Amino acid sequence: MLSLPHLMQCRVELSQIDPTLGNLDANLAMHIAQARSALQRGAQLVLFPELSLTGYFLRDQTPEVALRVEDARLQPLRELSREVTLGFGFVERGSDERLYNSYALFEDGRVIGIHRKVHLVTYGMFDDARDFAPGEDFRIVESRHGRLGILICEDMWHFSAAWLHFLAEADAIIVPSASPGRGIRAGGEEGLHSARVWNRLQDAMALLFQTWILYVNRAGSEDGLIFSGGSRVVDPFGEETARLPLLETGSLSCQVDSETLRRARVATPLRRDEKPQLVAAEIARICGQRGP
Amino acid sequence: MNRLDIQCDLAERMLVQFLRKEAGKFGFQRAVLGLSGGIDSALSAALAARAFGPEKVLGVMMPYRTSNPSSEADARTVAAALGIATRKVDISAMVDGYFAQVPTADRMRRGNAMARSRMIVLYDLSVEWKGLVIGTSNKTEILLGYSTQFGDSASALNPLGDLYKHQVFQLARHLGLPECVLEKAPSADLFEGQTDEAEIGHSYRDLDALLFEMVDERRSEAELIERGFAPDFVRSIARRMALNQYKRMPPVIAKLSERTVNHDFRYLRSWGH
Repeated sequence: MLSLPHLMQCRVELSQIDPTLGNLDANLAMHIAQARSALQRGAQLVLFPELSLTGYFLRDQTPEVALRVEDARLQPLRELSREVTLGFGFVERGSDERLYNSYALFEDGRVIGIHRKVHLVTYGMFDDARDFAPGEDFRIVESRHGRLGILICEDMWHFSAAWLHFLAEADAIIVPSASPGRGIRAGGEEGLHSARVWNRLQDAMALLFQTWILYVNRAGSEDGLIFSGGSRVVDPFGEETARLPLLETGSLSCQVDSETLRRARVATPLRRDEKPQLVAAEIARICGQRGP
Repeated sequence: MNRLDIQCDLAERMLVQFLRKEAGKFGFQRAVLGLSGGIDSALSAALAARAFGPEKVLGVMMPYRTSNPSSEADARTVAAALGIATRKVDISAMVDGYFAQVPTADRMRRGNAMARSRMIVLYDLSVEWKGLVIGTSNKTEILLGYSTQFGDSASALNPLGDLYKHQVFQLARHLGLPECVLEKAPSADLFEGQTDEAEIGHSYRDLDALLFEMVDERRSEAELIERGFAPDFVRSIARRMALNQYKRMPPVIAKLSERTVNHDFRYLRSWGH
């Protein structure tokens, strides 16, 4: 799997939309319209946020809006993907009626990969694990644009998830999110505290794992929870190359390339010097002593 | 610099967007709210005026015959400064009509009836005005339960519910509200000479500081006392918060069936919108 060439040279569009809660038809129409206009702007990869087809705080609507990835309603997106690679979030109906918070990549008229959110966020205002089953792996998706890792929102808060994509030589990590903005205290840096923390996390992961980070968050509100937007692209040196404003809908277009990856990895060969076998042995030892 | 200080421009942006978005989902572009002459309703009105446009906001003045006349004057000053529409509905006949049949009611019951009469007026005028009722309860009073259930606490959208009183003042100043509401002592104006701080028994400064540490910072009783809050103050406010939880909840439903509203029938208000 690691033998495939890295051919990344791609115009990415991040689509910071405001989906309607539980209204698949309206959201699907929005996806199609956004993707078409992105295509006209020259985009090759269009990314939508977490649960972009359904909205986020679904609660009892979760099973009502669930789809299998083969569902005929997704046909227009499959068709569009012949011209532009699409990433979007949806409630996936799996076997045994298990529901997943999933993110699919469509390319060349077919599904090239699905990631099921592993780290369901179930604390504070969040209750993911009540409605969703957790995903069970972190796998790279082979796209014509390169090797893509997907981490859905809370997945990004677990260093190990991004580290696995680093080991698998991801060219870019896509981070779809539905993060409500919070923390408006004065006296420090300006802006939303939650958005600043997210930015720090993305910068650090990009730097440590020498990969492009494509963070696509949503806007709008569901009841009183106001999604913070602020989607951005961070390069493999950990530097921000493009960003969208906080709180508002919008889209940004950004060139992502393998040349920058190469330069970062030559300058600091972190993957070469990583010691996964040693780490695996240490993990086995620690888990053996303390449990998983 | 106070620990409770907020970034006002950001709060304004989020609250204006919240009002516009959450009302718009249900086809509303207009708002109605009670304008008491106090700072909370002035701030809600200012945010609503920015969200919907001043001409789409109705500020309703609802004096009772014992209300301080300066309250109405201050409400008019606020409305004029914001350019919003106003309407006056005297609630004396409503309240007195009821208490003519129940003459023994004490001051608290009368105060509650006034607050609930105002709710009746607002919800009725919301039909005529085709606007949602915007709330004016701040975080301090919600946590303390310093409000009348189904009275001043009733609204469709409340932009102030996550702002402590200190932050209400800060945002009101930021939005340039008239001096008359920034300067006077907060009062429910249900009886003569009433002030919030005298009635609650503590200053807003102390209440906000304690509630912030207790709720936002999740400090334990021992930590709060160690940080200098008087033990009696900490315990009485914790007790008060718990006692008044019922005011923050929808009515409690006894579960009998397999699926019950508010227990395992879980949908957001934004359901399908």
